[in-house]
Amino acid sequence: MDELDRRIVNALQGGFPICERPFAVAAEGLGIEEATLIARLAALREAGVLSRFGPLWKAEGLGGAVTLAAMAVPPDRFEAVTALVNAHPEVAHNYERTHRLNMWFVLATETPQGIDAAIQAIEAETGIPVLNMPREAEYHVGLRLEA
Amino acid sequence: MDEADRRIVAATQDGLPLLPRPYHAVAEATGLPPGEVMARMERLLAEGAIRRIGAVPNHYALGYRFNGMAVWDVEDARVDALGARIAALGLSSHCYRRPRHPPAWSYNLFTMVHGRTREEALGAVEEIAAVLGDAVRAREVLFSTRILKKTGLRLAG
Repeated sequence: MDELDRRIVNALQGGFPICERPFAVAAEGLGIEEATLIARLAALREAGVLSRFGPLWKAEGLGGAVTLAAMAVPPDRFEAVTALVNAHPEVAHNYERTHRLNMWFVLATETPQGIDAAIQAIEAETGIPVLNMPREAEYHVGLRLEA
Repeated sequence: MDEADRRIVAATQDGLPLLPRPYHAVAEATGLPPGEVMARMERLLAEGAIRRIGAVPNHYALGYRFNGMAVWDVEDARVDALGARIAALGLSSHCYRRPRHPPAWSYNLFTMVHGRTREEALGAVEEIAAVLGDAVRAREVLFSTRILKKTGLRLAG
């Protein structure tokens, strides 16, 4: 990543225009050519610096549902339970965290009922209670990660 | 959200094509006229179905290896006002209120903080703590020690 890559990542974490030639508009703001911006974004995506470039959709607006769930997994069963949980396609992200509740995963389903069904299936397969922690309120954040 | 909106979701949830006219490419993929794709996306952005459009960086690739979930037990009567203030600080990438599950879990405010060092992430936690003040009864920071799975959220198509 060079200085231009950093400027691109810092400037374009939101506000990408909706118009016929949006890359040309964004490039002008950065003082570069449209083709340069497109090539840089493609390289950043290829290198994994960007996981994506485009709209960030909110699941609830689409009729789907998302929740955060947590489990206290006994350490000696951790790998086996990870495999059981990850096998569910509804599990989008799963993290090991430093806590007695040591497994935290995001469930995303096409319908709200899908969340309950996935939680019940995971509890039945693992024998471990799943704590369901859906968002009750979302506070608007302004953070942009600095590259 | 109608059928045409859902086609736009399916065509863009992995990203926009990196082409000079990306919305025209979406139009081609969805069978909608380009002007309609753009008008619908403007509306979905205004309604909040699209949070934002742009670069979605990978925290780890940018060197943010210390990603902490700072959780707080905040008085119910004050949590919404304080949550809005915490979010506006620009220190956390997500700020949500979630249900408690006593006795296993007593925290109702969740903030994600990121740092290139552990100290940087914990510094953000202290700045948040200063704003929350005496409304906090207890808090913890849960760092992620391993990514067990990470796929994009797939919502349609």
